[in-house]
Amino acid sequence: MNSNPLGSLAVHFALLSLFAIGGANAAIPEMHRIAVEIERWMTERQFTDAFALAQVSPGPNVIIVTLIGYHVAGLAGALVATAAMTGPTCVFAYVMTRLWDRFKDAPWRAAVQTGLVPVSIGLIAASAYVISGAAVHTWLAGAVTVATAALTFFTRLNPLWLFTAAALAGLTGYV
Amino acid sequence: MSVPPVKRPGLLELFLAFAGVAVVAFGGALPWSRRLIVERRRWMTAEEFNETFSFAQFLPGANMINFSVVFGTRFGGAAGAAVALLGLIGPPLVIICVVALLYARYGNLQTLGHILSGIAAAAAGLLIAMTAKMAVPLFKRGEYVGPIIAALVFVAVGPFSLPLQWVLIVLAPLSVAIAWVRR
Repeated sequence: MNSNPLGSLAVHFALLSLFAIGGANAAIPEMHRIAVEIERWMTERQFTDAFALAQVSPGPNVIIVTLIGYHVAGLAGALVATAAMTGPTCVFAYVMTRLWDRFKDAPWRAAVQTGLVPVSIGLIAASAYVISGAAVHTWLAGAVTVATAALTFFTRLNPLWLFTAAALAGLTGYV
Repeated sequence: MSVPPVKRPGLLELFLAFAGVAVVAFGGALPWSRRLIVERRRWMTAEEFNETFSFAQFLPGANMINFSVVFGTRFGGAAGAAVALLGLIGPPLVIICVVALLYARYGNLQTLGHILSGIAAAAAGLLIAMTAKMAVPLFKRGEYVGPIIAALVFVAVGPFSLPLQWVLIVLAPLSVAIAWVRR
């Protein structure tokens, strides 16, 4: 392990974030390369566990970075990794929003927006596909997924009820 | 039918809204943010939400983190961006550290694993439903280009698992070019 783990956490995640188009989930392979192969912060098993924990923990998906930082250098590591992953890109996002909104009425902006929306929706659909594939291994898990999808789409039920029901279904051990 | 936004949130409301989303956002923050912003508070229409999310997604970095900054900037400038971001990232940061501690101690308990499997299956269902809801505005007025582009991206990145950057480099400019020609 590096003698200055906080420094390497900051540099790795700040660089990673600047190239992460398509979100945190798209950057998972690169995070794996850094944490397991290059820096050897974690074993394969520890990385898989961190990914699973980040998935089931509430919050944005990027929270896996916090876990990796925590694993490497405790609370300070968690804070440094999270700040490095979000800080520079947030400043960039703020500046870009200001710039973008200056061209509110430009016809090219409307075309870019109209063009990018379907691409975005395709990407979300793809991640729904990947996440379902990872979560559904039994017929009961499939039933939970389908029921949650249908009830969320057709009703205004608070999804927390569905999560409670799903957790109880999980307790049976058949999900 | 989309209802025009009626209110603009203040800074405290913005912070509480994103913090409230963050603490329940199992399976990622997107479905919960959309539910709050479009369905409950009506701060944005379905179309506005799609455009804002799409813009955030094409910026480098985590999607929902970017989304909170873009949304916060539009509704409250730099201060709005800061409070939205803090709301979204603060509570989960605390929770995940507690989870990490618990997991280090009890991670091998089979019961916990079973409960987590159930939650993961529900989270997948929630994301599927939210994708469907976001896709609804694509189908307005007999529109066909948007649905085709979305389907192509989905098939390429999902079932075929082609490299994301190549799919984006080809399909994003194509989609924008088509939108420009048909404007």
